Amino acid sequence: MSSASHASTAHESGHHDDHHGHHESGESHSTMKGYMTGFILSVILTVIPFWLVMARPLEDAVLTGILVVLFAVAQIIVHMIYFLHMDSKSEGGWTGMALIFTVVLVVITISGSLWVMYHLNKNMMPMGAATMQGMSMDIDGVNAGESFQTKPDGNAASTAKPGDAAAH
Amino acid sequence: MSEAIQSQEIGTPVFFDLDEHEHAPGSSTMLGFWIYLMSDCLIFAVLFATYGVLAGNYAAGPRPDEIFELPLLAVNTAMLLFSSITYGFSMIAMQNRKKEAVLGWLIVTALFGACFVGIELYEFAGLIHEGASPERSGFLSGFFTLVGTHGLHVTFGIIWMITLMVQVYKRGLIEANRRRLMCLSMFWHFLDVIWIGVFTFVYLIRVI
Repeated sequence: MSSASHASTAHESGHHDDHHGHHESGESHSTMKGYMTGFILSVILTVIPFWLVMARPLEDAVLTGILVVLFAVAQIIVHMIYFLHMDSKSEGGWTGMALIFTVVLVVITISGSLWVMYHLNKNMMPMGAATMQGMSMDIDGVNAGESFQTKPDGNAASTAKPGDAAAH
Repeated sequence: MSEAIQSQEIGTPVFFDLDEHEHAPGSSTMLGFWIYLMSDCLIFAVLFATYGVLAGNYAAGPRPDEIFELPLLAVNTAMLLFSSITYGFSMIAMQNRKKEAVLGWLIVTALFGACFVGIELYEFAGLIHEGASPERSGFLSGFFTLVGTHGLHVTFGIIWMITLMVQVYKRGLIEANRRRLMCLSMFWHFLDVIWIGVFTFVYLIRVI
């Protein structure tokens, strides 16, 4: 049975000229050097963002945030290459296609959700301030004064007509 | 099982080969498993999006910089990263057909994984004890759902690893077991990739 499957694998690789022809189930990519390179790069790319956040060598919060995200993206790419052995040829390119498709969906899902909900929160603020976010508004600052001046019975009106809340 | 279909031109039958081509058993497993991982990735994308939307809704409850302990997170991240490299050592031992080394590295990997889950449960217990439980605020609901789902994946990865250790111990590094080890390798490294997103977007950039 095993020799038969070997024979058919060899036969197939004959005509497809497949990448995994001579090694069944796609093994063979792993090397000690590859794993160690990936590991060392991952350690570096993990330690730097932790240091950036815990020691705060940079005062600028936005810059720190951007750097942390960039290090994460770099580390994800390192993992993909050295640990998951992704390349454009694996499984005849289909893993790459599935990955691209997934990345597109992930970007649409996450950025779309954040975008829509940010605008929703912003546009619904008079009502949202009074009913949903309540106390946390004082932290965020915006509209805090207005929302706390709104009387409890004024809420019903502002729910029906959000624009009125500012007039109170 | 080829069928002759009457073609447009009279008298000349056209043949379509409807037979499945011969595939080695398991030759498409890796691609199938990859597609599973990609769909799992979408689950996490939705949970990340949910957390992102809810992350500012503290409901006057605890804020990220009050409850997240970065040293503990760093230890946890190290556990998962070490478990990734030890799984890599196990895969190299598998290529060299060294059964004992494969089992040894799998045990080390499972122990690192168990440490990870243990530290995470300790963190969760501490948070709930402080009153930062999932029902406290939208931020905490999103946090527990996302991080908990990842922890659950790691837990099932450990169960899978123990199952494979028994398989390899009993049957050796047969082709089917090597394929299973490859799949678990992808799963395990995939969880580490997700964890990069978790420690970056859930923890680090929330406490800057």
